[in-house]
Amino acid sequence: MKDKSKGASLHSTLVYMQHHWQLYALFMLPAVAITIIFRYIPMGGIAIAFTEYNPIRGIFGSEWVGFAHFQRFLSSPDFMKYLINTLKLSIFGLLWGFPAPILLAFLLNRINSAKIKQKIQLVLYMPNFISVIVLCGIVRILLSVTGPINLFLGTTINFMTMPEAFRTIFIASGIWQGAGWASIMYTAALSNASKELKEAAVLDGANIIQQIMTVEWPAIKDLVLIQFIMSVGNIMSVGFEKAYALQTDMNMATSEIISTYVYKKGLLDGDYGFSTAVGLFNTVINIILLVLMNQVVKKMNDGKGL
Amino acid sequence: MNKQPKKKSEFAKQPFGDKVLLVCGYCLLGLFVVAIIVPMVYIILASFIDPITLQNKGLTFDFSKWTLTAYKRVMENSQIWVGFKNAVIYSVTSTALTTMLTLLAAYPMSRDDFRGRGFFNIMFVITMYFGGGLIPTYLLMNNLGLLNTIWAIILPPAFNVYNMIVARTYYQGIPKDLREAADVDGANEMVYFFQILLPVCMPIIATLAMWQFVGMWNSYFDAMVYLNDSAKQPLQLVLRSILIQNQPEPGMVADMQSTAERAQLAELLKYATIIISSLPLLVMYPFFQRYFEAGAMAGAVKG
Repeated sequence: MKDKSKGASLHSTLVYMQHHWQLYALFMLPAVAITIIFRYIPMGGIAIAFTEYNPIRGIFGSEWVGFAHFQRFLSSPDFMKYLINTLKLSIFGLLWGFPAPILLAFLLNRINSAKIKQKIQLVLYMPNFISVIVLCGIVRILLSVTGPINLFLGTTINFMTMPEAFRTIFIASGIWQGAGWASIMYTAALSNASKELKEAAVLDGANIIQQIMTVEWPAIKDLVLIQFIMSVGNIMSVGFEKAYALQTDMNMATSEIISTYVYKKGLLDGDYGFSTAVGLFNTVINIILLVLMNQVVKKMNDGKGL
Repeated sequence: MNKQPKKKSEFAKQPFGDKVLLVCGYCLLGLFVVAIIVPMVYIILASFIDPITLQNKGLTFDFSKWTLTAYKRVMENSQIWVGFKNAVIYSVTSTALTTMLTLLAAYPMSRDDFRGRGFFNIMFVITMYFGGGLIPTYLLMNNLGLLNTIWAIILPPAFNVYNMIVARTYYQGIPKDLREAADVDGANEMVYFFQILLPVCMPIIATLAMWQFVGMWNSYFDAMVYLNDSAKQPLQLVLRSILIQNQPEPGMVADMQSTAERAQLAELLKYATIIISSLPLLVMYPFFQRYFEAGAMAGAVKG
């Protein structure tokens, strides 16, 4: 019985594929090929993490060392430092950076003139179109010893060499650049919130806080939740490009994160096996966080996860 | 003139607590806007000011201290223009290829009857969270002979899963009647896709193309890892040596006598470099503003 129905469905699938061959050969094939070549084949290369990789001898010719690289990394004093740097940078970045665009959206939603709102949004979006390098260039200029901030304060503090200033610089410049752009979707969701509900709330004499709680917050709640889970899922992939561009020899104590370490160890020092092991470790932590987060949200949200 | 008193009265009608809240809110928003504008204006003004004056006194409106030296030197530098040219080539190629592949794959993925949809979906989504990492990818590029070629930075991101989901969601919002009216047979999906479906999807196509273009134009990591020939470097890598590594292109400062002079000029060059390199996108983005919201909404529906 079971086999027969399975055979029948296989047959109908084949008929379907034959009839709709274009969907597979023309629409899907390029994307699938790119995915397999550039995403799945490197996953096989993870085996490097368990070898003393020698580029000339290849993966199978290199000496198999098991978990030695992981042990070396986990037992080194640097490990905790880099892990904590990575976590602090992204968790504090999330705590400050996540609410900022939501707050902006609520504020924008209180502007009645569409024209003024649009002009403000245009300014808010602007930093998104500046590159990471230019952003970090601007930050370095503004904070340099002879720069405008020191000139204004009458001091000569070299912020870029202070480990304790790095996270603040990183997170504040991130909000400066990204909050306006990230507010778009919340603004859009808010402007789609039911007008009648809001008018009814106003007629009932609801004040702004009450309007937000009863009409506006419910309109964006799901969106906020999804965005939050996705941000948590990216916690360990906190921006290499910016961290690397804001690093100086002096602020390494806080600015060295796992991804910059992987880059330096692997491509600058040529320690392929070790670098791959550290990178894999990073990915695994990220996935664990994502799964945990999804469980928590499921509990809070009546079994509805991502 | 007529409008203003009316608005005022609307504001006046609000309860006191709300007024306080509104004023605080507007101030906060105003502060954020000012915080964005001030650094930009500072960089623009500073780019015209003689470096010694700038260092000692800051901004000045004594126009005798203003100079166009920095702009002249940056414009005369060939590496900047090589960077520009490469960035245009890479970004345009990447945008065309990625947008095309992403739009194509999103079409079968948007159809309920597509056999294998679940399988492909899992296959794609896994890559959003799991990958081989830097070294295995680098070695693959090396084995494929792609190192130091444009393809090393164009091909790996040529299919974007997140953008595919956005496009798929958009297609699903298009009434099914359209397809039924077109009377599509399995054999002419391509005709339907290009002649009927894509023309009604312009907002999302523009959005995805813009995301890809801006992303490619502004990134530097892939180019830093895969391209080491300076003739192939995109703009962001040239900027990196000037702005981050403090190494202006040799020709820019070579004729200065003392190291101090050279250092001052190098500082000044940074401002002009920032302006010249950022101008193209900053001039263009307002024209795309109407697409931002469409894209954000399509991206937000994802779950």
